[in-house]
Amino acid sequence: MSVIENLKKGIMKSNPVLVLLLGLCPALAVSTSLDNAIGMTAAVMFVLINANLIVSIIRKWTPDRVRIPVFIVIIASLVTIVDLTIQAFSPDLSKSLGIFLPLIVVNCIILGRAEAFASKNSITDSLADALGMGLGFGLALLIISFFRQLLGTGTLELFGQTLLEVPGLLDNPMAIFILPMGAFLVMACLLAFLRYMGVIANE
Amino acid sequence: MNELMALFLSMALINNFILSKFLGLCPFFGVSKKLKSAVSMGMAVLLVMVAASVVSWLLYSYLLEPFGVAYMATVIFILVIASLVQIMELAIRRTNIQLYNALGIYLPLITTNCAVLGVTFINVREGFTLVETLVSAVGAGVGFTLVLAMMSGIRERLEIADVPVSFKGMPVAFLVAMLLGISFLAFGGMV
Repeated sequence: MSVIENLKKGIMKSNPVLVLLLGLCPALAVSTSLDNAIGMTAAVMFVLINANLIVSIIRKWTPDRVRIPVFIVIIASLVTIVDLTIQAFSPDLSKSLGIFLPLIVVNCIILGRAEAFASKNSITDSLADALGMGLGFGLALLIISFFRQLLGTGTLELFGQTLLEVPGLLDNPMAIFILPMGAFLVMACLLAFLRYMGVIANE
Repeated sequence: MNELMALFLSMALINNFILSKFLGLCPFFGVSKKLKSAVSMGMAVLLVMVAASVVSWLLYSYLLEPFGVAYMATVIFILVIASLVQIMELAIRRTNIQLYNALGIYLPLITTNCAVLGVTFINVREGFTLVETLVSAVGAGVGFTLVLAMMSGIRERLEIADVPVSFKGMPVAFLVAMLLGISFLAFGGMV
């Protein structure tokens, strides 16, 4: 597969969240606002790209039997870097992402791509794969948080600036969308809609 | 005693790991098609959660914190969980082959279950004592098992239900999770 194909497949055809249903925990938990979604995506992309890069570089010298622990240690170190960096430069973001920042370690997308792709493919392909998967993750998060923030609070804010206000919703927002249940509801409707439109296959 | 009871109820029902904290969603949707396998998975998670919580709490309080290397927690905790899962798999296989047949295939999956790593982080971040850690781990595991079992019971029925084609399978499972979450809101007034 070419580099472009590797890049493209993560965004829609095998979108990690919407099609493969991986990494659901962070996707649903932090998608209460666009800011959180972007912060989480940035953190995940950093870890994903670097993990794929390192795993791909060392793939020929990693003994097969210990590869999973090796991958986990690489990912955990990268996550520690991200966690400390965000704590230092953006304490607010660190607070709102909370426990889900260190939990990137067990995000199935990252270990999954390291094991299924980067450990078998060249460095360029692995980078393209990581970038595509990261963008796909970000796209899914943005869609979910768009609906949750808009319907749950009546406004759409990005980095402190108001993008959009819905007059009726502002006074009586549908609070369920900000609650955890709202994430399940948005996800259910989104998946059904994508299937109805034929973007992803029915079961 | 009352506080410990409140902590247990809060971890198991009010702040249920799956429905309100979004931890452990992968097994929740992946292993909830059959009641029997859901209960086995829940039990395996409960076991690993309790063991991992206690070990990581001890390591954090007596090793990482005194030596000022608390930032290593992420790496250490995931290694603790990975090795505990391996040890438990070996131990269960040697001692109780029936239990191993029931839990065996679920144990390796637990390493990357965020509910387990999540509970170890919550314990140290909230500054729990060892007893509180134990109670919170048991509460989290019981809540996880309970919701997993409820979900699988519902999904067994859903198999034969007449669901619109686009909603079949995963979308309707998300809707069920939402309804379960709403009903669990009622526990909010308990403590």
